[in-house]
Amino acid sequence: MLLTIEGLTKAYPGVVANDDVSFSVAEGEVHALLGENGAGKSTLVKMIYGLVKPDAGHMTLRGAAYEPAEPRAARAAGVAMVFQHFSLFEALDVAENVALGMEKPPRPRELAQRIRAVSEEYGLPLDPSRLVGDLSAGERQRVEIIRCLLQDPKLLIMDEPTSVLTPQEVEILFETLRKLSAEGTAILYISHKLEEIRALCDGATILRRGKVVATCTPREKSARELAEMMVGQTLTPPERGTRAPGEVVLGVAGLSVASPNPFGTSLKNVGFDVRAGEVLGIAGVAGNGQDELLLALSGELRSDAGAVVLKGKPVGTLGPEGRRAAGLVSGPEERLGHAAAPEMSLTENALLSGRVRRALVKSGFIDWKKTKGFAEEIVKDFDVRTPGVDVAARALSGGNLQKFVIGREILQDPAVIVVNQPTWGVDAAAAAAIRQALIDLAAKGAAVVVISQDLDELLEVADRFAALNEGRLSAPRPVQGLTVEEIGLMMGGAHDMEVAHVEA
Amino acid sequence: MMIGGIDIVVLIATLMVASTPILLAATGELVAEKSGVLNLGVEGMMIMGAICGFIAAVHTDSPALGFLAAAAGGIAMSLIFALLTQLLLSNQVATGLALTLFGLGLSSLVGQGYNGVKPPPSPDVNLGPLEQIPVIGDILFRHDWMVYVSLGLVAATWAVLRYTRAGLILRAVGENHDAAHALGYRVRLVRTLALAYGGACAGLGGAYISLVRVPQWSDGMTAGSGWIALAIVVFASWRPWRVLLGAYIFGGVTVLQLRLQAAGIAIPVQLLSMAPYLVTILVLVIMSARRGRAAMGAPASLGRIFHASS
Repeated sequence: MLLTIEGLTKAYPGVVANDDVSFSVAEGEVHALLGENGAGKSTLVKMIYGLVKPDAGHMTLRGAAYEPAEPRAARAAGVAMVFQHFSLFEALDVAENVALGMEKPPRPRELAQRIRAVSEEYGLPLDPSRLVGDLSAGERQRVEIIRCLLQDPKLLIMDEPTSVLTPQEVEILFETLRKLSAEGTAILYISHKLEEIRALCDGATILRRGKVVATCTPREKSARELAEMMVGQTLTPPERGTRAPGEVVLGVAGLSVASPNPFGTSLKNVGFDVRAGEVLGIAGVAGNGQDELLLALSGELRSDAGAVVLKGKPVGTLGPEGRRAAGLVSGPEERLGHAAAPEMSLTENALLSGRVRRALVKSGFIDWKKTKGFAEEIVKDFDVRTPGVDVAARALSGGNLQKFVIGREILQDPAVIVVNQPTWGVDAAAAAAIRQALIDLAAKGAAVVVISQDLDELLEVADRFAALNEGRLSAPRPVQGLTVEEIGLMMGGAHDMEVAHVEA
Repeated sequence: MMIGGIDIVVLIATLMVASTPILLAATGELVAEKSGVLNLGVEGMMIMGAICGFIAAVHTDSPALGFLAAAAGGIAMSLIFALLTQLLLSNQVATGLALTLFGLGLSSLVGQGYNGVKPPPSPDVNLGPLEQIPVIGDILFRHDWMVYVSLGLVAATWAVLRYTRAGLILRAVGENHDAAHALGYRVRLVRTLALAYGGACAGLGGAYISLVRVPQWSDGMTAGSGWIALAIVVFASWRPWRVLLGAYIFGGVTVLQLRLQAAGIAIPVQLLSMAPYLVTILVLVIMSARRGRAAMGAPASLGRIFHASS
C-alpha cells in the first residue's frame, strides 16, 4: 500500500467535514473519491496535502507515519496536487508559475527546457514564456499538471480536473494519467462525473456527509448505482413533454462586445434565435465568453440596438432594468455578489431584481409588505430551506441560494430567461429541481437560454444546442441525434493537445 | 546654461534632491502594494520617520544614526498597520488613513521642543575627479549620500522583484493570495515583511526632509509627500524605474515652479504652486484611461483581505 488513511476526522464549527474516514491507495492505482458537493472530498485531500490539520486519525505513506504540517512537507514526501480552482497566477508566466510550485527550482533557462521536455513527453505542449492569463482553461491545467510532474510525485491528487475540459481534452488527459499510473504513480481522482470514473479508476471510495458510505470497483457498477450510493436516494430525471415551438422571442444577431475583464474573452459576431417554449443550451469550456454573453444579454454590457431583439423590439442599448421591464430576466453564475447581495436579506434581494416586474415600489417608496410576500412566495414555491426571509443571503447554502435566485427570476413571469451555470456547486436534488423549473417555465411559453459547462445538464434540458469557443458561437443544432464527438468539435476540439507518447 | 533666467544645471541638481523623499517613500510603497497590501499610511510613516530621525540625529550628532532611527520609526508604524490588517483583518483603507492621522498627531507631540533646533549637517559625498566632469559632475556627483542610497534602493528593488525567488514569491502573493496559500507560502509573513520595508523607506524619506532638505523640524512638515508617493506608485504602473521617473517629474515641476516664482514670471503664484499636483492628476488620468488591470500592472489581490479559511 502506498497511502493508508485511518479514522481521519475534521470538524469545523457547525459541521463535521470528515468523520472517521478510512481508505487506502496502492502504488500505481487510480483511486476515485466520489461524493456530492459538501460531502467532504476537498477537506480530505487538503489534509493529505498538508493544508488542513486533521482533528483525529492518522495516515501512513509507504509504511511510514505521514503527518504533513504544510504543503512543502507533502511535496517533499512525494505528494502533488492539481487544484479544482486553479492555483495559478495570471500575471506571471508559465515558468514562474511552475517555479512557485517547486522547492528548489533550477535556473530559469534550465527550467524552461525541462518544462518543454516534460510537456512534450506527456503530450501537453506548453510555451514556458507565455503569460498564464492568456492561456485557455485546458492549457492552464497543463501548467498545473506539469508543475506536479516535474517533482516526480508518488501520489498525484486531482480535484475535479475535467470540469473545464472539452471531451477530447478529457480523453487526452486520461491517456496521460494512464501512462503515469503504468509508471507506478498513484492517482487520487476526485470527481462527481460518474462515467469518467468508470472509464478511468481502479477503485472508488464514496463519501456522503463526511462519512465513507461504500467502497467499490467502479467498472462493476452502473453510473446510476454509483449516483444513488453518492446521493443516498433514488433519482428521477426531469420530465419534459414535447411541445411545438412558437414565435421567435429573443433574436441575437451580429453581437460583438469587448470583455470588461482584461483576461476575459470578447464576443465576436454572436447570433442565435430562441422561440417561445424552447430551451437553448449553450456549452463551452470556461472562459470562452460565457460571462460576457450573460452580461450582454442581461444588459450589463450594452451593444448596438439591433444586436439584441426582444419580441421584435431592439433592446441592445437598454440596461438591465429596461430589459427586465421588457420581459428579459437573467441569473448570472456568481451567486454571492452578482446574483445576490451577500449581506442583504432575502426580502431585500427579492426587491433588487423583482422591483419592476412585480411592481414592488410605489412613487419611490418600497412596498415592504408586498416585497416580503414575494420573497415568501419564492421560498415556498422553490423549496428554499431557510429559517425565514429576513436572513442574509450569505447564510444560505449554495444550493438553497441558487434555488432562491433562479426562483426569483422565474416568478417574475418572464418572456425570456437567461441563466449561466444554474446548478454549479449545487447538490443533486436541488440541481434536479432547478432544471425541472426551467423546463416547466419553457412549457408555459417562455424562451429559455441555459449557459452551462455541464454537458449532461445541457443534454437533459435543452431542445437545441450551441457552443461558445473563444467568443464565437457555433450554429445551434437540435439536441436529438447529437453525438459527443460532434459536441466536442463544436466546443473547439482538443486545443492542439496530443496523446501522450511516453514509453511505459 | 541659462534659459529664461533659470540655470538648467542647477535646476536638475536640485530636482534630484527635491525628489528623493518621494522617491524613497514610493519605492517602499511599491513593494508593499506588490505584495497585495494598500497602505495609505505613507504620510504618517514619513512624518514619524522625520521626527525620529531628527531627534536621534540631534542627540547623537550623527546623520547616519538619524536615518537608522528614522527607518526604525517607519518600521514600527508599519508593524502597527501589519498587526491591524494582517492579523486582525481590519479594513486596509480605513486603517491606512488612521495611521496617517496617528502619525501626524504623535510626531507633533514627540517633536515639541525641537522647533528651531538645527540638526547636524549631512555633507556631500566626495567623489573626487567625478565631480570635476563639466555639467554631468555638477548634476550627478555633488549630492549627499542619501540621494545615491535612494537610487540604489530603486535598482535593488527592481532586481529583487524581477530576478530573485523572494521577488517571485512576493509578486505571487500580491497576484493571488489564495493560490499562494494553497502552494504553502506564508501570505501574512510575506506581507508583513513587505510592509516593514515600505515603512523603512517611508521613514528614510521623511528623515531626508527634516535632516537634509529643510533642515529643521516643524509640525506636519511632510506636507502631503506621502500622498504624492502613493499617486506615483499608480502612475508608475507598479514598476520601480517608472517610480523614479514619476518622482523626478514631480520633483522637477516642484523645483521649476519655485524657480519661476523667483524669476518673477507673470503667472499667478497660486497656479504655479498648484502645478506639481495638477501635473500628477493629469498624468494619472491619462494612465488610467488605458483600460484594464493588466495594462496598469496592478497586483490582482491589492487591498483584498486575506483570510486563510482552509
